[in-house]
Amino acid sequence: MSSPFMKLWGMPILLGILTLAGLLSALFGDGVWDALSAVTLGVPVLVGAWCSLRRKPG
Amino acid sequence: MSTQSLRWWSWIHKWSSLVCTVFMLLLCLTGLPLIYHHEIGHLLGNDVEAPALAADMASNPPRANLDAVIASAKTLYPNKIMMYMSQELDEPAIWNVTLGDHPNDEHYKPIAVDARTGKVITEPAFEGGAFMSTMLRLHVDMFAGLPGMLFLGFMGLLLIVAIISGVVLYAPFMRKLDFGTVRHERSARLKWLDMHNLLGIVTLVWALVVGATGVVNTLADVLLKVWQATEIAAMIEPYKDAKPLVTMAPVDAAVQTAMAAEPGMQVGFIAFPGTPFATPHHYGVYMHGDQAFTSRLYKPVLIDAGNGTITDRRELPWYLTALLVSQPLHFGDYGGGWMQFLWAVLDVATIIVLGSGLYLWIKRGRKAKAGVKEEKAAAGLQPVLARSGDQA
Repeated sequence: MSSPFMKLWGMPILLGILTLAGLLSALFGDGVWDALSAVTLGVPVLVGAWCSLRRKPG
Repeated sequence: MSTQSLRWWSWIHKWSSLVCTVFMLLLCLTGLPLIYHHEIGHLLGNDVEAPALAADMASNPPRANLDAVIASAKTLYPNKIMMYMSQELDEPAIWNVTLGDHPNDEHYKPIAVDARTGKVITEPAFEGGAFMSTMLRLHVDMFAGLPGMLFLGFMGLLLIVAIISGVVLYAPFMRKLDFGTVRHERSARLKWLDMHNLLGIVTLVWALVVGATGVVNTLADVLLKVWQATEIAAMIEPYKDAKPLVTMAPVDAAVQTAMAAEPGMQVGFIAFPGTPFATPHHYGVYMHGDQAFTSRLYKPVLIDAGNGTITDRRELPWYLTALLVSQPLHFGDYGGGWMQFLWAVLDVATIIVLGSGLYLWIKRGRKAKAGVKEEKAAAGLQPVLARSGDQA
């Protein structure tokens, strides 16, 4: 995670993979797959909301 | 990235965004209520519910003969003809019947019939009522039919270009910042630049998928026409000299025949002769599976509407399968309540990305006019749309 590439793209790639997993899992199953989808799709949303709303001190 | 290529990508991002932004805002705003169309229908009292059966029937519900279901619906409009009848997987107690003056009637009459007793339940509001119908039409074709649909598809392509160029530009703007940095304290423009970058990269994959599947959906009518002109035409080749139908074979028997031919599948919908999903001489019985994924895949069985025998049945071509699989990925209707909620939040986030992009461009214009060039020392991190202007 320390390379300049991963510092810049690590998080976007992770969130992208989670989004894709969330979109696909609910497509191929119900029940537990829907729950998995909600969690994986929920992470990017939470990260976006958290970074938008937090205010760093100073 | 060289200055030249940065300028080039900025130009692509600016113009692809500017052209499609207004339409994308329209799509995001009208799409928001569409995510919750079931719930809104319920609130407005426009949804249809099957009545409770008497206790002795409820344990082992009967199945109404389909010709009786059709006859019930037709008592409301004796002069109209059958267009379609369909059933939702999670509501087998209802047949949704549509009647029209002709097989392509856009002002069709929807009628809900009890699939157990064959009695009419209600005549539901057209496309979920005036409000939802307006949202749907604005979202699909802006009341402009096929040209409107294809136009929105082109705008969707521009959105995809804007997203990809935005990702390319993410690197030079974020290289010196930690992920998720929003600089609230400097200036409004810098704050919204950071928000634009943050929400843009967070919604990236979702927006690409919803955008691309939306574009595919705009091609639905065209793909259907291709299918009719090729495979359906081949299937009904023997009928090219047939006389128009006078009497029609019973629908119920035709559907039983189709079900026997495709064991393990359910009837999704039945298209009546003359509609785009059938032929002038056939019932199109569209079977699908009952699992999360197989329910999205339809298999058409063409039944001769004169004698009730099977003419042909085959898999859908790949492009129609692609269309059917792309639809849930656009609607977000396949993962329950949490998915709907996340779809709505991501939709709002996209509105913020579009709005902030527009804001950054407008601010750039004003600043350029006024000749104000503050913040230039801020590590070279100008808004992307300002960059090309400032350097010109």
